[in-house]
Amino acid sequence: MATEFAFPDAGAKTAAAAPEFQTEKMSLSMGPSHPSTHGVLRLQLELDGEVVTKCEPIIGYLHRGDEKIAENMTYNQFVPYTDRLDYLAPLANNVAYAIAVERLAKLEVPERCQAIRVLCCELARISSHLLGLGAYGIDVGAWSVFLYSFTEREKLYKLFEELTGARFTTSYTRIGGVARDVPEGWTDRVNAFCDQFLPILDEILALLTRNKIFMDRTVGVGVISREDAIAYGLTGPNLRGSGVGLDLRKDRPYSGYERYQFDVPVGTKGDCYDRYLVRGEEMKQSVRIVKQVLANFPKGPWQATDARRIVSPPKDKVLTSMEELIQNFMLVTEGPQMPAGEVYFEAENPKGALGFYVVSRGGGVPWRLKIRAPSFCNLSILPKLCAGTMVSDVVSILGSLDFVMGECDR
Amino acid sequence: MSATVDPLAAIKELIPQATERASLDHPAINVPADAVVEALRQLRDRGGYDFLVDLTAIDQGEGVADRFTVVYHLFSTAASTYVRVATDCRGGAAPVAPSVTAVWPAADWHEREAFDMFGIRFEGHPDLRRILMWDGYPNHPLRKEFPLAGVETQLPDLEVAAETGTKVLPAPMAGGPFVAPAGEMNLTNAEPRAKDESWNERHVKPE
Repeated sequence: MATEFAFPDAGAKTAAAAPEFQTEKMSLSMGPSHPSTHGVLRLQLELDGEVVTKCEPIIGYLHRGDEKIAENMTYNQFVPYTDRLDYLAPLANNVAYAIAVERLAKLEVPERCQAIRVLCCELARISSHLLGLGAYGIDVGAWSVFLYSFTEREKLYKLFEELTGARFTTSYTRIGGVARDVPEGWTDRVNAFCDQFLPILDEILALLTRNKIFMDRTVGVGVISREDAIAYGLTGPNLRGSGVGLDLRKDRPYSGYERYQFDVPVGTKGDCYDRYLVRGEEMKQSVRIVKQVLANFPKGPWQATDARRIVSPPKDKVLTSMEELIQNFMLVTEGPQMPAGEVYFEAENPKGALGFYVVSRGGGVPWRLKIRAPSFCNLSILPKLCAGTMVSDVVSILGSLDFVMGECDR
Repeated sequence: MSATVDPLAAIKELIPQATERASLDHPAINVPADAVVEALRQLRDRGGYDFLVDLTAIDQGEGVADRFTVVYHLFSTAASTYVRVATDCRGGAAPVAPSVTAVWPAADWHEREAFDMFGIRFEGHPDLRRILMWDGYPNHPLRKEFPLAGVETQLPDLEVAAETGTKVLPAPMAGGPFVAPAGEMNLTNAEPRAKDESWNERHVKPE
């Protein structure tokens, strides 16, 4: 338990026992450029010796006004901005955004498109968790994990590049479909990646799972109770690490997730170690899902075909047929035409539930687009979680929460 | 809650003040501002909606009577269903809404964000400060009258501002949001920005 090491009144006790040792509380600004704050998070810590008595996260250093920008452009134009939310899993953000807007239009995408999107989400999850794992290893003193996990990420980036044309900022989905079909032979290469990845993943995890130093730094540190996790709105592996088996892919299936078999790993104690274990297992489950998608990869269109005012026409027809030319022109200049109304959709992203609340008054531009960022909610528990821990545990806790400031600050 | 029961009817039974709200997906209700804290508590304790997933606000635009609406999205971990609760703020251009931090600690940061972006004062919030913009920033950027380019503002650090004489300036928009000059083949010059920066949203373009 974390409380075993917590002496919030240590200074006072020392002072009472030996007044000449009386110390003042120290104020320490950790971040915004600190290697273990994973971006531009700043923690204003109040220290009593090595013990944190107060922790105040200061965020907003990466605020770009994405929600304001969204109100000023068409639905499709906003897709690239979603890349930059959780920039470790841009494909998953693209998918979540596209589905949210499609719910607004009550648009169903074909099975092949759904399958491609599931592939995107799960590969993005593996990529994001690999980075989280590697960075966490460095945070608590295990360098080599990072090297192994980044080798695997590089292979994933190559697959992303083949699929989307970009390694990092993928912008792959469109409202009503995806930008293009999967390239020839790509699914085989994904399959090959999965086959070689599983044994390597076991190797990577073996570097940490029974590692004495790693366990000393994580077991019993940063315990989040089940009740706290729900009360603070934690989602994703951080919530499941606390023993709540909530996974939107299971509980609110979207994009055809109900067709695939997978397990939802949950922790028992809610400490940093449990959150690490959950992420490790989730990658294996993601591979399992990818395998199932590939085994039964649907044929057919990869874009909705019955929505002329939302989906762009086939490129070859744009330059030969008047009707399609007009359709394309209207779509580009005025945006996909949406009905008035409001929807809220959350997808199970690697970092947690990424939600989009879209308020439309009709037309091609949203009236209001709220992004519910999982990292934002996950970080809100920090003041409670860090009070009473050692400074070195703060590093361990931050790494275990696996947040991304691009999404937190929007 | 069995599947045959209309979730909206069940919610309305729980909260007598609720009126139905137009929605394209989840059940949604409008609740008067003075009853919203109690309504959310009822939904949490008796309705099973134990998870506050999102709290945000909508600006209906200048000149609308109930200009600001606070919207809550709740999730039931048992039934895996959402409900949307909306409440119109009192106070017109200086909107006020009750804080729900006592019901969910998660509301703390969400309400700070809504205060930061819309200027909604949440009564009963323990520490209502800006969260994304810096302390002392004078505007509320997600209000509809706030221009996309931003407005001229003092730097947060007054010492730096006095020494350097710089300010936070509106983004040059070249006459429209995010457009590149047409017909420019030189990539450096084709960057989407204004060459003549003497005009922007606040200053009319000189003839």
